[in-house]
Amino acid sequence: MGGGITLNHFLVLSLIIFSLGLFTVLTRRNAIGILMGVELILNSANINYLAFAFYGGGKYDGQIFAIFVIMLAAAEAVIGLAVVLAIYQNFKTIDVDAAETLRG
Amino acid sequence: MDHPIAVTFIRLIVALPLAGAAINFIAGAWLQKTFGKRAISFLGCGVVIAAFILAVRAFIAMIAIPPENRFMLDDLWKWFDVGGLNLDIAFWLDPLSMVMTLIVTGVGGLIHIYSIGYMHDDDGYWRFFGWLNLFTFAMLVLVLGDNLWLMFVGWEGVGLCSFALIGFWYKVTANTTAGNKAFIVNRIGDLAFVIALYSLFAGLQSIGHATLVTREVARYAPGLAGTALNFAGYQSAYPLVGFVTLLMFIGATGKSAQIPLYVWLPDAMAGPTPVSALIHAATMVTAGVYMVARLNFLFSMSPFTMGVIAVAGGLTALFAATIGVAQTDIKKVLAYSTVSQLGYMFAALGVGAYAAGVFHLMTHAFFKACLFLGAGSVIHAMGGEQDMRKMGGLRHKMPVTFVTFMAATLAISGVPPFAGFMSKDEIIWQAISHGHPVVWAMLLIGAGITVFYMFRQVYMTFFGEFRGTHEQEHHVHESPPSMANVLIALGALSVVGGLVMIPEFIVTFKPFEDFLDPVFSSEVTRRITEAGIHSHATEAAFGFVTFTVVVIGWLVADLMYQQQKLNPARFSQMFGGVPYEWVYNKYYVDEFYNRVIIQPYMFATRALAWFDSNIIDGVVNLAARIIVFLSWLSGLFDHYVVDGLVNFTSNLTLDVGGRLRRLQTGSINGYLYGILAAVMLILLVRAVVRA
Amino acid sequence: MLAQVIFYALAALTVGSAALVAFSRNIVYSTFALLGAFMGAVGIYILLAADFVAMVQLLVYVGGILVLTIFAVMLTAGIGDVKVSNRAVGTGPAIVVAGVVAIVMLYAVMRTQWHQAAAFTPAPTTYAIGNAFLGDYVLPFEVASLVLLAALIGAIVISRHEVRE
Repeated sequence: MGGGITLNHFLVLSLIIFSLGLFTVLTRRNAIGILMGVELILNSANINYLAFAFYGGGKYDGQIFAIFVIMLAAAEAVIGLAVVLAIYQNFKTIDVDAAETLRG
Repeated sequence: MDHPIAVTFIRLIVALPLAGAAINFIAGAWLQKTFGKRAISFLGCGVVIAAFILAVRAFIAMIAIPPENRFMLDDLWKWFDVGGLNLDIAFWLDPLSMVMTLIVTGVGGLIHIYSIGYMHDDDGYWRFFGWLNLFTFAMLVLVLGDNLWLMFVGWEGVGLCSFALIGFWYKVTANTTAGNKAFIVNRIGDLAFVIALYSLFAGLQSIGHATLVTREVARYAPGLAGTALNFAGYQSAYPLVGFVTLLMFIGATGKSAQIPLYVWLPDAMAGPTPVSALIHAATMVTAGVYMVARLNFLFSMSPFTMGVIAVAGGLTALFAATIGVAQTDIKKVLAYSTVSQLGYMFAALGVGAYAAGVFHLMTHAFFKACLFLGAGSVIHAMGGEQDMRKMGGLRHKMPVTFVTFMAATLAISGVPPFAGFMSKDEIIWQAISHGHPVVWAMLLIGAGITVFYMFRQVYMTFFGEFRGTHEQEHHVHESPPSMANVLIALGALSVVGGLVMIPEFIVTFKPFEDFLDPVFSSEVTRRITEAGIHSHATEAAFGFVTFTVVVIGWLVADLMYQQQKLNPARFSQMFGGVPYEWVYNKYYVDEFYNRVIIQPYMFATRALAWFDSNIIDGVVNLAARIIVFLSWLSGLFDHYVVDGLVNFTSNLTLDVGGRLRRLQTGSINGYLYGILAAVMLILLVRAVVRA
Repeated sequence: MLAQVIFYALAALTVGSAALVAFSRNIVYSTFALLGAFMGAVGIYILLAADFVAMVQLLVYVGGILVLTIFAVMLTAGIGDVKVSNRAVGTGPAIVVAGVVAIVMLYAVMRTQWHQAAAFTPAPTTYAIGNAFLGDYVLPFEVASLVLLAALIGAIVISRHEVRE
């Protein structure tokens, strides 16, 4: 890559997205919002992997792992959304604060 | 004695009265109801008469055998074989037991027949004959038992039947109390007897011949001559034989009403008169005499005991005679007379005149039974009245009773040639002959007093004016044949019964003594019996002295009661009437016993009962209370400590759970923070650890 | 030069979309912002010579997950109500935490001497990845397929139960 774009650039990018994703997870009341935050975090991880793959000498182990991450993200999103829909059926809302029947 | 003839009929003699008793007790009430009293009469009398017939046949067979072999043994079965003691149920017929069997079944049979008439109106007829039969059985076991233990079984059996028959009319408490008295006083004697048996067996065992079979004891007894009394391992200085015989005599005093255990006999007059005649005159009370005679070989070995017996017998003879003088109840006079006459028998045995003692036993059975049954006849005629002061002049209304009564009185007084003269005279002579002047004196004076009170009784009852009520006077009648015939039979025996052993100074004719000789043939006994004065002249002189005393006694009675020349009241008022009071109240012996023995005993009983209920029960209750207290403590422990622990645990759990529960906020937001924190922590730890 | 421009443009797109996702009040806005973020990521991937991965990202994330998310958002109520739809709570602590995390990571990134490998000419990666999946990484590949199967069944089970009730 030319133009002085170093590994650090990508890493910083990835950490910014990570932080934003973390913030989303911690603050959202909407269940789907939380899931979106999780997607962001996963994406930032992917960027990280690929950056290291690229700047590590063109080996593609990172890319394979990134594919795995994507696949797992998909699986998790499926389950998560199924659960969200189930919660909606039961509580008529997807406000996570309302789903506190397990409160001790 | 060592080779007895084995026979099998003796068991029948014993079994017949037993069968009679069994049937009477089991089916008697039904038989009486269905067939009437006749059936019971046949059954009750029949068995005893049958036994008598068998006894006579045995006697006839026995005299056919030479004297040294007159021993028959009927061995039924092995009784027990325990710890060296090997006894059989076996019956031993020798001259002595032959005589006793004849008396028991013969006189007993006559009294059974008499009872048919006397108990005629009683509803408990079957019960009476049942007990009478059972008594006969027990008495036969006593005299025929071949070992001392079997004899003791009979001994106890007659005691039981005596108790039952004295209290026969049990609805009157006084009768049952008299029965109790008889049984309890007997028991005291029985205790001494049992201890004697144990000691005898122990002694025999220590010399290597452990047995209680009488003939074997006779054989081995001499070996006990030097044995000392062994008291629980402590060797004392007293001879064993002396101890054994003394205790046996104490047993005899209980059964045969001697001093000090005679007190039950006068009270026993509460029973029906046939009972008094049979048990308390002819048979049961003679058991003691029989026992001493049977064990003569043992008694002869102990001069001390012989002395005790002689003195006790003499003393009883005199003492009881004096009490008889003041009695007003016709049966009480005869009761004390019996005690007195038994004293004569024991005195005879004590001085060594065994045959004379047994002879007097036989003659006494005849005339005393006759006297009692005669008295019963009088009571029956007087409608139950027994006070002689209300009688009088009965000889006209009751001739048979009068004649037989008179005959028996002459016999007991010792008037020749009546039976009593033969036996009593012999005893009195033997007392002085064997060198016991004091005993002789007691017996002599006793004879005089005997004549006096007997004739007093005759004069008061049969002579003079009738002193009773008008109804009684009309009611007086002679007894029915069943009773009268028996009186005649016994009266006849009182007359001629003594002719089998005539005093030597008159003529030498003693088949009775010769018959009994094999029984008294052990060395020690022979030494005693053959000692003594053999001079006929001396015997005649003393016989004359005795006769004089008898005449004097009769004279006094005649003057007082027949000719009314001497006033009896003068004598009773003598010395302020105090001696008379004492004699009339039997010297207050019963009261003395009550104060000295019975009341302390009852006190001790009450004290022990108090001890038991207060202290022992108190201890038990205390133990219970302690346990209750301990369990209360334990309950406290359980309640506070154990439960506390459990509750504490559960409270702790609840508390901690309550606190931990708050972690479950239900807030997903919070959970996410939690996850984040945990992940950070893990990463940190891993980073640090790697570093 | 061109590389820088492209990079910063893509980065801006991605970050901006991510910010929208994080701070938007409306859940629908967030969803579509997520689309932007994904697209930006695709660009970044291509920049990093991961062509296959970028395509997979496009297909799976955008075409699958995002569409699924839109479905879920539409099926659940409350989108009309702005207040309820995507509120944020506890922003304070979250900012602190996220900030701290970012600063720490930044520090780590900056201070580490990353090993720089030699430059290389990017080549199409599909073939290599395919080979790797059925060669060195066959086991994870198979396990991954099992995971997907489980997720599939799980989702069916969860949603089926609720529908039946």
